[in-house]
Amino acid sequence: MTNLPVSDAALRHLQAVVDLPAVPSDKYELQEIIGRGGMGTVYLARDKELDRLVAIKVLGSHITSPGSVERLVREAKILARLEHPGIVPVHDVGVTPDGRPYYVMKLVKGNDLSAHAGDDLSLGAMLRVFERICDAVAFAHAHGVIHRDLKPGNVMVGAFGEVLVMDWGVAKFAAAVESPGTVLGTPGYMAPEQAMGDVENTDHRADVFSLGAILGFLLPEAPPPALRAIARKAAAVDPGERYQTVTALADDLSRFRAAEAVIAYPENLLDRVRRVAWKYRVPLALVLAYVFMRMLLMLIRA
Amino acid sequence: MPGEFPTTRHSIVQALSSPEPEVRRRAFDTLARCYWKPVYKYVRLRWHADPQDAEDLTQDFFAQAFEKGHLDRYDPAKARFRTYLRVCVDGAVANAKKAGARLKRGGGIVFVPMDFPAAEHETLAVTGDTADGTEEEFFRREWIRSLFELALGRLRDECQTEGKETAFRLFQKYDVEREAEIPAPTYAGLAQAFNVPETQVTNLLAYARRRFRHHVLEVLGELTASDEEFAAEARDILGASP
Repeated sequence: MTNLPVSDAALRHLQAVVDLPAVPSDKYELQEIIGRGGMGTVYLARDKELDRLVAIKVLGSHITSPGSVERLVREAKILARLEHPGIVPVHDVGVTPDGRPYYVMKLVKGNDLSAHAGDDLSLGAMLRVFERICDAVAFAHAHGVIHRDLKPGNVMVGAFGEVLVMDWGVAKFAAAVESPGTVLGTPGYMAPEQAMGDVENTDHRADVFSLGAILGFLLPEAPPPALRAIARKAAAVDPGERYQTVTALADDLSRFRAAEAVIAYPENLLDRVRRVAWKYRVPLALVLAYVFMRMLLMLIRA
Repeated sequence: MPGEFPTTRHSIVQALSSPEPEVRRRAFDTLARCYWKPVYKYVRLRWHADPQDAEDLTQDFFAQAFEKGHLDRYDPAKARFRTYLRVCVDGAVANAKKAGARLKRGGGIVFVPMDFPAAEHETLAVTGDTADGTEEEFFRREWIRSLFELALGRLRDECQTEGKETAFRLFQKYDVEREAEIPAPTYAGLAQAFNVPETQVTNLLAYARRRFRHHVLEVLGELTASDEEFAAEARDILGASP
């Protein structure tokens, strides 16, 4: 039998539709691919019942390992458990007729943090974004969930400044047992104990490390020493030398923003004078202006 | 667990160097079936060979690879198999040009029927965007086209055996017979043409696409050497943006 020729147009079309998941067509209308990862594809879709745009993450058809299927289902369950403004909410979950799990989530419009960081934002604005990431991660830790893949590419910053921590695909419940040697995460942002597959000693402080690495990524070339010390302490190689909780990290950052002494940076007298002067710069400037005016008046009268 | 997925890969790449003559021969048959057309077009367009030389070079390439075991040296750690094969084609053509003589068809070995006039017709249609890009991109695109054609053939056979001809014809009409700048038929139009309810068009198309994907992955599994290469190729081909 002769081959059926495939034109260029057909080739492009087939590539676009061949992997389209068979999500319920009476509920969702798939529109385009908006993201692809190692595990699955994220589609922009219209929720026909509620007439709104959503995002649907579906396991890739070429991924067959039971571990991957479980991971996507676990991700959906984790997200459903974590109701927080900094964590993308899940609306629906299901399995296609050919056995591909999927979940439907809120569509987040914006840029990931690496793109956002290139927007020339002030240090203050960057730190506010970072504090929101810390809020979401601390909330997850409080519910027994460790993210394990925090990095700029997994944080979305919306058009109205909303910050969402995404991609909980390798997250786990802190109490869950894993086989030794399991390495999941992204080099560069992954804690050393996680990169070595030391499952026993990888806990929520692995996320503290990743947050330290993210903070380091956000800092300008010559950051204030206290701020650099905070990032370094968070990303310490030894988990025992890091902040022991994300809240402790966020608290130290708040102290920095309030021009108070931070735990990570033992200051000398000069540092202290500078910091106090900066903290009280407004009243200090007013007093100096008053003294200057008084002296000027005295000189004029004399 | 995805039920439509070929869970066992029957890679022919290892079988290309099998000590069993029959196993090796079958592996070369499958290899030639998928690769002969990309090789022919590649030699025609990228090496500017005339049709007769391109035919000879294509036949000779597979025959020489079989007789002399050129593909045995493939190392999955260094490159994807299709990239390695393309580099081997480059070497074969360069050597032939250096020899400056017309090639003899390799020892009378013929693996699969090669419809060169049809391939030449397709080659002449290659223009504009398709002709642009690097050698690797061109060869990759032609390789995907060939892979899809093989999968389509398998889907057609399967649909005939299982009495699903309508699903295949619908799929062919809606997804395969596409031409640029010609609008695709509507579901309503297809429903009328095939005398089925419109909802049935959706179901039949979904079925055919799912089975087509299955066959694409099956062919891909045969033509890749390792699970990593298979997963990477599958991601590249199936996850492409619309």
